[in-house]
Amino acid sequence: MTVLAPGPSALVQDLGRPGYAHLGVPPSGALDVPSLRLANRLAGNAEGAAGIEVVLGGLVLRAEASCTVVVTGPSTPVLLAGRDVGSHAPVHLRAGDVVELGPPRAGLRSYLAVSGGLDVPPHLGSRSTDVLSGIGPDPLRAGDVLPLGTPVRPPTGEDAVAPPSPPDRLTVPVLLGPREDWFADPVAQLAAATWSVSPESNRVGLRLLGHPLVRADARAERELTSEAVVTGAVQVPANGRPVIFLADHPTTGGYPVIGVVPTGHLAALAQARPGTRVRLRPRA
Amino acid sequence: MRLLRCGADAVLVELGSLTEVAAARALLAGLPDVVDLVPAARTVLVSFRPGSPSVAAVRPLLTSADLSVAPAVTGRPVVLPVVYDGPDLELVASTAGVGVDAVVALHSGAEYTVAFTGFAPGFGYLTGLPPELHQPRLGTPRTRVPVGSVAVAGEFTGVYPRASPGGWRLLGRLAAGAEPLFDPHRTPAALLAPGDTVRFEVTG
Repeated sequence: MTVLAPGPSALVQDLGRPGYAHLGVPPSGALDVPSLRLANRLAGNAEGAAGIEVVLGGLVLRAEASCTVVVTGPSTPVLLAGRDVGSHAPVHLRAGDVVELGPPRAGLRSYLAVSGGLDVPPHLGSRSTDVLSGIGPDPLRAGDVLPLGTPVRPPTGEDAVAPPSPPDRLTVPVLLGPREDWFADPVAQLAAATWSVSPESNRVGLRLLGHPLVRADARAERELTSEAVVTGAVQVPANGRPVIFLADHPTTGGYPVIGVVPTGHLAALAQARPGTRVRLRPRA
Repeated sequence: MRLLRCGADAVLVELGSLTEVAAARALLAGLPDVVDLVPAARTVLVSFRPGSPSVAAVRPLLTSADLSVAPAVTGRPVVLPVVYDGPDLELVASTAGVGVDAVVALHSGAEYTVAFTGFAPGFGYLTGLPPELHQPRLGTPRTRVPVGSVAVAGEFTGVYPRASPGGWRLLGRLAAGAEPLFDPHRTPAALLAPGDTVRFEVTG
């Protein structure tokens, strides 16, 4: 495949490189993991094959050999010779065909899988681009040529797939801890607040705007000694506005983490456009 | 010791000293299903494969153990060649009340242990720093510290694996030709891992 245009952001992603946090290496990998897995299944790939994570469409690719592509995530226009052939179904390309992704109809991130997967060189066991540490392939640019792996089985169109519709209001659970005791009445504060997704959000973290979380009096001026943080951690910097750590998060941090969003809810956060209203439902 | 929950499949163990951190890390490494084991100055994070029963095994394992004894060193020995010409050498010397030569002798004469990593891929926090060199961070951090800078802050010394902002006091830099601290194409990618021992060798 040749990249003719990358759009606002097109990154190679697979399931990331967990297990290197003790060396300071973020896990990285697709933010909406179920969508990448689905795209790969429909393309006949192993679920962890490398595909492309595309923010708000704009990606244009030319096939240099016959292959099959599948686009998942939210419902996304997939244009072949100017005609929308639809997402969530295999699209067969002949050499020379040009395929273009439009912006998703809701949500933020589309996933494109190619039969055989993208065979760029792995770094630390993964082909994912990590925007924090710079590990993995560079963000895609016009003119990049992406080698394809060998298909393991034919694409299947058999899953009947209804694309998810990312909502403009989102409620996600938060398991309290490790540092909920740094906050005054953390359950009540979390339950009462509504935030909105900041346009400053990226693969490192979802930044939330709104009412700041207030620390417990005893912790007001204290500094936390840096400690390891997990993906989904809701870290609260000095300004009180939470950041939910996504796949490219730093492996340690010096601000208290009030709670952790369970893994199964991270995909919804990955699809939250700036301005999306977010509520955090505390769970003990 | 306190155990703090970090989501469904991870536990943050809060400890009283770097010795306890090292002992707890060595014990936790023996549990099945560990994904990440991340020591820091006063904590160890252990995360497991989703749904692993090991998450319930952390408390019985650690409460039955003596964490006051550091584990036998199992890391690799690493020697780093250093040119001691850093911009903060005289500041460190005057703060310590000694001459520049004594700072170099103290720093290069000690044997260090990688307590933990963080801040950037390949950055190791090294303990074993002579007490005279325990010094605060700069009041105003530099916006750019050159790659390979050898620095001290608090009870730690370390080497910047790439150019970045930073507030540590700079004693010198790795000599030309030294192994890079981090290279994702190399196995292992990071030159320093927790438990490794490090010596700095005066060069140039």
